[in-house]
Amino acid sequence: MTGIGAPRPRVDGPAKVRGAAPFLADLPNDGGLEGRFVVSGVAAGRVEAIELDVARGLPGVVAVFGPGELPALPTLANWTLGQERHPLQQLDVAHAGQPVALVLAETAVEAERAAAAVLVRIAAAPARLGLAAHLDLAEEIDDWAPTRTVTGDVDTALAGAAVVVRGRYRTANRHYAAMEPAGALARWTGEDLELWTSTQWVGGVREALSKLLEVPLERVRVRAAHVGGGFGAKGSCWPHEIFAALAARVVGRPVRIVLPREQSFAAHGYQPETDQDVTLAADRDGRLTAIRHHSVSAAAMHDDYVEHGSLGSRSMYACPSIETLDRIVRLHLPQPTFMRAPHEGPGMVALEIAMDELAERLGLDPLELRIRNYAERDPTSGKPFSSKALRQCYEIGAERFGWARRSAAPRSMRDGDELVGLGMASALMATFRFGSSARVTLERSGLVRVETASHDIGTGVATILSQIAADALGIDPDRVSVRLADTALPEAGGTFGSATTIGVGSAVQAAAVKLRQRLEELAGEPDLRPHEYGEVLALRQLETLAETASWAPRKEDAASAMNAYGAVFAEVRVDPDLPVPRVSRVVGVYSAGRIVNPRTARSQLIGGVTWGIGQALLEASPVDPVTGRFVPAGFGSYRVPSNADVPALDLSFAEEHDPIASPLGARGVGEIGTIGIGAAIANAVYHATGVRVRELPIRVEQLL
Amino acid sequence: MRIDLTVNGGSRTLEVAVGATLLDLLRDQLGLTGAKRGCDRGECGACTVLLDGRPALSCLTLAVSIDGSTVTTIEGVGAEEPHPLQTAFVEHDALQCGFCTPGQIMAGIACLESGASDSDERVRAWMSGNLCRCAAYPQIVAAIRSLHR
Repeated sequence: MTGIGAPRPRVDGPAKVRGAAPFLADLPNDGGLEGRFVVSGVAAGRVEAIELDVARGLPGVVAVFGPGELPALPTLANWTLGQERHPLQQLDVAHAGQPVALVLAETAVEAERAAAAVLVRIAAAPARLGLAAHLDLAEEIDDWAPTRTVTGDVDTALAGAAVVVRGRYRTANRHYAAMEPAGALARWTGEDLELWTSTQWVGGVREALSKLLEVPLERVRVRAAHVGGGFGAKGSCWPHEIFAALAARVVGRPVRIVLPREQSFAAHGYQPETDQDVTLAADRDGRLTAIRHHSVSAAAMHDDYVEHGSLGSRSMYACPSIETLDRIVRLHLPQPTFMRAPHEGPGMVALEIAMDELAERLGLDPLELRIRNYAERDPTSGKPFSSKALRQCYEIGAERFGWARRSAAPRSMRDGDELVGLGMASALMATFRFGSSARVTLERSGLVRVETASHDIGTGVATILSQIAADALGIDPDRVSVRLADTALPEAGGTFGSATTIGVGSAVQAAAVKLRQRLEELAGEPDLRPHEYGEVLALRQLETLAETASWAPRKEDAASAMNAYGAVFAEVRVDPDLPVPRVSRVVGVYSAGRIVNPRTARSQLIGGVTWGIGQALLEASPVDPVTGRFVPAGFGSYRVPSNADVPALDLSFAEEHDPIASPLGARGVGEIGTIGIGAAIANAVYHATGVRVRELPIRVEQLL
Repeated sequence: MRIDLTVNGGSRTLEVAVGATLLDLLRDQLGLTGAKRGCDRGECGACTVLLDGRPALSCLTLAVSIDGSTVTTIEGVGAEEPHPLQTAFVEHDALQCGFCTPGQIMAGIACLESGASDSDERVRAWMSGNLCRCAAYPQIVAAIRSLHR
């Protein structure tokens, strides 16, 4: 039996290793067109002239649309949209990479060639670029989460503190760089739209398209083939999806737009750079008396997105006085959005490097400082935690890593010629929950089908849903098939926020339990055995029996604070003559509730920690100060970790069951691994070199 | 231009555009979509195929330049029964989203055949031309190492 808790191999594995799992660009597009955007090369200005006729005359070209030539779209405030400002509707340019024309041709090669033949003259206007140069413009806006919290009195606490540390911490613009470029394929049949798209949220894309194109919801069907990584970029409805649908309606043929890699950097969000000011105060024993965390993030000129850098500081440590503030600076940049892991991802870098600095000032071991400030209740809200196994994480992690062998002084550990540094950090990510629904259907053959409009973007959703249904029905998961990513199926939330196991998993469990109860009723027998299910259907002359159920967070759960946690330990090696830090070992232990599938969950942690290695040492998308373009345009210039960058990783979970977060006892594992590792590496680099770097990624010149 | 190719064991005579890459040819002309277009500029490895037995980036290979060659794509691997590396990838969970996986398998097969699979370090170096943003790297190394002879 491979129900909940079993390391079931992922069910989509066999097709994927054979190359037999289709992605968006692999779908047939018979009779359809391929689209390509022409984008602005400057960050601000106005289109003065655009030459489209040359492109229109090239082989295979069917249509070329300049600014304002496609039907107008309504402005819509809706969180299913990646950005509220639609390109191609106006002459104004508000960021580099903004589409200013759309070419449709018979083949992608012809569309690419024609797009290159579109000549655009943009009268450039002065662009506001550079977060650090514009901090005076920081503004506080209304957002989905509070941008400001005040507990206690930080000023008074600071005045009386034995030790105070204050630092400015910065994180870079970073990009998703999913291996599969985003794309969409739109087909109209009369008034009905079918859109295939590489998305994390078919339901959100459907809602956005229905409203923007003024088509009733029931006439829009959104589906996804396999999704080649998302990480947040595919969690909202973006212009390529909207314009594939709009253009297909105008030309009366199917239209597919697959973004070329270089355009993906400005087409569907990114993690904006942050500039954070953190002050910590403590008494002589190392008990925190004040935390002040002010974060500012870069934002687009016409759209809102706040990177809540201070979010983690509201919950992480026991402290009587905590003040947090998250603001934005509007720049001529593309719209940023949530990226694995938003908010705490950049924010905990600042808090956890600051904690390392405080430990040193106090002469305390960095791990001991964290344990002394262990929060038994949420320090900002005062609520108890639903479940928290962080203490075990610290203990197990320190033991497995050999933290006790660390000598305190920087530059004190060597291996041959290399400096060795050991650093650690805490990880916290607020648990995000939303409702979903699912249908579980039994066939007379005894086979079971799970259906929900959720998605498997590589996280293992299909696999764990089969286990959850099998567990509730008492059958082998091999008898369960899973259908996902289609708005014709029961509605589900987006696959983001580390929330799918909680929301969709609980809905599948509820539907499977209902199905079992219904079978028992039909059989008139409370102890029905699984091998008798088919007989019950035969007896009742039913071919199938289906139950649908929904799950949503309960009101009473709001009495608890919910977070995933981790304790992360990193070892780095640095050549003193050419100080390029290399991560040589990582131990991470995480508190994320019950683990449905340890094999796929471990892979989530490995992916997350690798993202943290990228954050600490490699990944940055600087903005060209002249053109306002992101400098990277591909994997050569945007450096994601490669195989050789990742050492042996020892990652595991604390034993835990969180019945408040979800009936399954699970929280979420998708993002917690991404957090903590960045600061742990930065702290290890300090320990190795004695150079305190407060800006990620760490660059060799900072260590020279 | 006309070229002769052996693709996954079958001989083909093909009319190809001078500017077409091997990846264009495989995906658009032959309908072999296992090799992926991740970057179209030789940076990610998702389009890796075997060209005369050696790993090649099909997005940087002009079709007209390989007249007479033998090409093996993921569709030509384990067509009858899974290649041991395909089985090992599933067993070690060496994939997540699966987009880079065909390229990883082709590079991994070449790694095993070259003998570079004799240490974790060498496998990491060999496989570093194949990016995986889901970052199944340790599992990919484990899958390849499990088959080293």
